[in-house]
Amino acid sequence: MAKLALQSVTKSFGDNIVCRGIDLSVDEGEMVCLIGASGSGKSTLLRCINLLEPIDDGRILLDGVDISEPGLDPQPIRARIGIVFQSFNLFPHMTAAENVMLAPRRVLGKSRETLEAPVKALFDRFDLGQRMQHYPDQLSGGQQQRVAIIRALAMQPEIMLFDEITSALDPELVGEVLDVLRQLRTEGMTMILATHEMAFARELADKVCFLDASRILEEGPPETLFSNPREDRTRAFLKRVL
Amino acid sequence: MTDQTSVPRGSAPGLTRRQAYEQRLRRRSNTLAAGSTLAVVLAVVVLVPLAPGWDAVKRSFFNGQVFAKTFPGLLDAFLMNVAIFLWCAPIIAILGLVIALFRDVRSPALYPLRLFGAIYTDVFRGLPVILVIYLIGFGVPGLGLPRPWNSPYVWGSLALILVYAAYVAEVIRSGIDSIHHSQRAAAASLGLSDGETMRYVVLPQAIRNVAPANMNLFIALQKDVALLSFIGPVEVFRQAGVYKSLLANFTPYVGAAVIFLALTIPATRYADYLMNKQRRRQS
Amino acid sequence: MSLRLRKSRAGLSLTHGFVQMLCWSLDKFPPPSNLWTTQQGRTIRQMKTVITSACLLAATSSVALAAGHGSCADGLTLEENVLTIATGNPAYYPWVLNDAPESGEGYEAAVAYAIAEELGFEADAVKWVRTSFDEAIQPGAKDFDFNMQQYSITPEREQMVDFSLPYYTSAMAVLTTKGVVDAGATATLDSLKGLVWGADANTTALPMLTEIVAPEKDPLLYGDNTDVTAAMQANQIDAALFDLPTALYLSAVVVEGGVLLGQFPAERSENPDQFGLLFEEGNPLRDCVNTAITALTESGKLAEIEATWLQEATGVPVIE
Ligand SMILES: Nc1ncnc2c1ncn2[C@@H]1O[C@H](COP(=O)(O)OP(=O)(O)O)[C@@H](O)[C@H]1O
Ligand SMILES: [Mg+2]
Repeated sequence: MAKLALQSVTKSFGDNIVCRGIDLSVDEGEMVCLIGASGSGKSTLLRCINLLEPIDDGRILLDGVDISEPGLDPQPIRARIGIVFQSFNLFPHMTAAENVMLAPRRVLGKSRETLEAPVKALFDRFDLGQRMQHYPDQLSGGQQQRVAIIRALAMQPEIMLFDEITSALDPELVGEVLDVLRQLRTEGMTMILATHEMAFARELADKVCFLDASRILEEGPPETLFSNPREDRTRAFLKRVL
Repeated sequence: MTDQTSVPRGSAPGLTRRQAYEQRLRRRSNTLAAGSTLAVVLAVVVLVPLAPGWDAVKRSFFNGQVFAKTFPGLLDAFLMNVAIFLWCAPIIAILGLVIALFRDVRSPALYPLRLFGAIYTDVFRGLPVILVIYLIGFGVPGLGLPRPWNSPYVWGSLALILVYAAYVAEVIRSGIDSIHHSQRAAAASLGLSDGETMRYVVLPQAIRNVAPANMNLFIALQKDVALLSFIGPVEVFRQAGVYKSLLANFTPYVGAAVIFLALTIPATRYADYLMNKQRRRQS
Repeated sequence: MSLRLRKSRAGLSLTHGFVQMLCWSLDKFPPPSNLWTTQQGRTIRQMKTVITSACLLAATSSVALAAGHGSCADGLTLEENVLTIATGNPAYYPWVLNDAPESGEGYEAAVAYAIAEELGFEADAVKWVRTSFDEAIQPGAKDFDFNMQQYSITPEREQMVDFSLPYYTSAMAVLTTKGVVDAGATATLDSLKGLVWGADANTTALPMLTEIVAPEKDPLLYGDNTDVTAAMQANQIDAALFDLPTALYLSAVVVEGGVLLGQFPAERSENPDQFGLLFEEGNPLRDCVNTAITALTESGKLAEIEATWLQEATGVPVIE
């Protein structure tokens, strides 16, 4: 059974249909990349999976359970799905460590003491041990984005969603963030990425989906999709970005 | 090319060329500012006393004898202002926050709160403070409350609290609105409830953002405490009025003004300093 | 008929004023003398003769008008031949009835017209304006000849403004409510000390209160009578000190369940509450008005007015 399955997911903002019956399945430990032009609906799709946006129709199954059921309390489900945003969205009034500890303390009810060791370990793992007591505005973009990833990981999510997390970074900082994703990949984290890093997707993705005009126009293993796309529009898109 | 460290004439050694230039510029503008200020002050000091009514005005408003005689009494009465301010301010802060939160509730079941918050702020921001003080200060006790529950201190303070809480609520609400929705999304994505998001993520930032604006409100409150005198309490403004009436002289009002300014000018400067600091941080 | 008369009189005084202005300016700023020697000078000289004779005429006519009263107030009033008197806004019973001083009804209104008559002003030469206490004492030109609204004469005030001789000496009286009396308040000093007091902050009632009663709790103060009675109605104060006539009126008409507990007679006080007309400091009209007040006192006219308008003030129990 797929870890996460989307069945005919439909979403619109007013007259603007952003998802037109999306089907997608992600297996445990798999890494799926969403590519597509700006405005094709990648962010919205990720936000729907994480229940930040309610969907209009269709179903989202997590471990076979429908989490998109209207009226369901979204909080415990969101706690199981981590998301990292393009613009970091760290809480500016808290230190890096406080950013990371907030949700485990308030949602999982853990104490500061019990969290100290594992959080320190997380920061060390991503090379940020020296930056725990810094405020976001004292950190570089790359460091901030890594703290945001640590913040999501601290909830021990079952799936991680990444929404163009390197797009807002200076080029020389992109590498350190992608390294984190590589590391997570080797650890077997289930991940969905919206990304413009085609080389990265080609290198690491199990599956690449090309979103066009609010639907998944074409999907497949990276070698096939990148070297031998079936659809003209896919080919045109790749030509533009590669 | 021979001496790399030679400095231009007239500037301190060890300064870069630019620093030396800026120093000269600064000195010149300081001289100019001092000169023009002096000229204006001189003009006021020399010209005003030439006005035909100056002697009469001086005797009625700047009467040293009357000032010396009444100032201690005014200071004493000002303690009343301070006391009223001190018990009103925390309640205003709390009520203002509560009303601001009412206006942010999203759940339809709590819509009445939202409506109440909106009506509340509209009404109390729309009324002159003095009117509210009269209506509540005389009106509510007139319903027949026993002492001490009909005290003008209680109801006058309540009037101030109601009005100022409305302003504080609006300021806090604007602070809440100023927090980008991506902050809420980030908190929600971590599994925080709406309440927790507000409490730990939105409010701390919002309140910090509007601290200078709120500070200005509390400076205004300090001044408006004087309005309570209309319903009985003898604070500095009323005390000055009593002296004025007994001595047929306005100098006690100048004394009261001096006391207010001694408090509000530093506070206003500080609020401005905070405001500037904030602006620099945001840009 | 009387309206037309007044109108025509106003017209007369207007032209009169204009001519006077002309004469005055001719006096102050004579045309340069070399003008008189030129050709054109002749016409101007002729003009001057005409104007001068007009001025002479105007002067005679003004003498003729003034002869009507032949008074010490001549030339001392704000407006020629008009006595401008200020009162409060509003003016309270029983000092002025119905807030209409022009009617001459009420003690102060009646006294005002009596003084005007003494000074030689006819009733319709009296003009009323309204001021607050503060306007009365502020520095600068005043828009009244004298101000009459129960101003108590005190030495401190006399340093800033001038008062006439007193036109009324008032007892002070305690206004309270039936509820307070039912709760045990009596007309004794001991009982009064324990009450919560209020007073009008603009009057001398406050020092009187401290001097006579010395209440245990600090009194609450208000901006005018209306607010004092509102506080009493709201049961925020038990009692208030007023001059006797005011207290009588408030207890009878304004305060629901109002009671006049008693009075402190003026004779018993070291410095009793005496009302005087307020003048801008140094106003020479004061001497003239003082003469009038003395005359009114001596002739018994003042007592007669008091008997007419303040007769209820007798027979109020005295506080021991
Ligand atoms: N909150 C929203 N309200 C209205 N329209 C939105 C909202 N979020 C996204 N959209 C619209 O949905 C479409 C898809 O946007 P998005 O998911 O951000 O695309 P992508 O991430 O692929 O660039 C766009 O047309 C965008 O304008
Ligand atoms: Mg996007």
